[in-house]
Amino acid sequence: MPFGLLKFGLSKGHPVPRALPAASDLRDSYDVVIIGGGGHGLATAYYLARDWGITNVAVLEKGYVGGGNTGRNTAIIRSNYLTPEGVKFYDESVNLYKDLANDFDMNIMYSERGHFTLAHTDSAIRTMRWRAEVNKHMGIESELVMRDELQRMVPQLNYSEDVRYPILGALYHAPGAIARHDAVAWGYGAGAAQRGATIHQKTEVTGLEITRANGSPQRVTGVHTNRGTIKAGKVIQCVAGMSGEVARMAGFKLPIKTIPLQACVSQPLKPFLDAIVVSGSLHVYVSQSSRGELVMGGSTDPYGVYMTRSTLDFKEGLMMHMMELLPFIGEVKLLRQWAGMTDMTPDFAPIMGETPVDNYYIDAGWGTWGFKATPVVGKRNAEMLATGKVPDLIKPFALQRFHDFQLLGEKGAASVGH
Amino acid sequence: MKIMTCPLNGPRNISEFAYGGEVKDLPAPGCDDATWVDYVYLQENLAGVVKEWWYHTPTAFWFIAERDTRTDTILKTYAASDVFKERVDFSAGPRE
Repeated sequence: MPFGLLKFGLSKGHPVPRALPAASDLRDSYDVVIIGGGGHGLATAYYLARDWGITNVAVLEKGYVGGGNTGRNTAIIRSNYLTPEGVKFYDESVNLYKDLANDFDMNIMYSERGHFTLAHTDSAIRTMRWRAEVNKHMGIESELVMRDELQRMVPQLNYSEDVRYPILGALYHAPGAIARHDAVAWGYGAGAAQRGATIHQKTEVTGLEITRANGSPQRVTGVHTNRGTIKAGKVIQCVAGMSGEVARMAGFKLPIKTIPLQACVSQPLKPFLDAIVVSGSLHVYVSQSSRGELVMGGSTDPYGVYMTRSTLDFKEGLMMHMMELLPFIGEVKLLRQWAGMTDMTPDFAPIMGETPVDNYYIDAGWGTWGFKATPVVGKRNAEMLATGKVPDLIKPFALQRFHDFQLLGEKGAASVGH
Repeated sequence: MKIMTCPLNGPRNISEFAYGGEVKDLPAPGCDDATWVDYVYLQENLAGVVKEWWYHTPTAFWFIAERDTRTDTILKTYAASDVFKERVDFSAGPRE
């Protein structure tokens, strides 16, 4: 072996430090305990440490970091929602995403592609126009493009009239992007750990310690895990899919139904599709990853299960429509398939903020729209935990809205029938 | 293909059925808002054995199914009339 190489290998810089520190023992008490080590939980720990100097923080993860829905979505980032509350919120997220690679000093492969939501009916065109106007009013790049212009912008699609749902136009959102979702989780995790937060993987929360007054739950004081009990100042649950089960430990019910959302990727193809193409009425969305794979998703499953199995029904339903949009896809092989368990709320908007239990906060109901919100959720959760006040931006998403009959009606959400 | 057994039509592809929500007790007419919120929005959403309404679309038939949501298995199905034997009386009207 050349001497130079041996010297380099044996030098003090090796082995390279791990991105996430090795597993450590649980401390007796933490200022903040975050249940769930996905993107949202890790981002919350990251901003708590970076922006507020709160580092006596534990992130408890049942499995491994980013192994849930953070690593199971189709990685689309956009802000062209329908309600002003939603648009403002997701816009902050998109802006944070743009600087994230610099913040982390890690390539998250953020790639602006342009996002097209296809319209196949007059009523869809009307909704697109409505969305474009709300978006523009809120300062978001968003416009309605009709078929001829669309054909120039995305010539890869099948514009034939001889299909079940011909394309009439699309809502065009130039900042629409995709990113490497695993890197987002790792970046936040590594950044939080470097700044002093501790991340405990394979640590499952089995119960909560809650004080009671007159028989009703009052304040959270600790968390039981499979590795022992810890005292906690504040606790936040960031557990998509299992939100209802964790809230049950805290003693309250949620307006959430856990329903799987399935996705798949094709074999790698030459780069041919720059845009992100979505159709709400066909229940398909497709983009081409930097590896060349077509990343495809459909609508949520017709009924709820706590499983991440994949079904033939899903693929049949997806491909029936996908072959209308991109007829050549019949020649392409599928490479991988998977599912995530999503929290579906009745108004397609998240649930964030305070809960009936003091010092216990919630970040749930992220249905099919959680990945794109990761940075803003982390930032605002951190602000809420540090100041004890719910930031204005996330106030509309309070759990209380269901008790006040003030639902949001976010019809800009993907993968769900409206 | 996943098979569900309809109490009226026998075993069918699950794509013929529509999920209709958890079986809950109907609040009494004139109950308070909190009870309605619980009935209309809040979900048990249990990871385990659940009792739910299902609907056979081609024959417009509602029935009850018990499923394990952790394993996606259907344990049993039966007609709603096995459980609901009395007509609901709505005549109490809304509260003041």
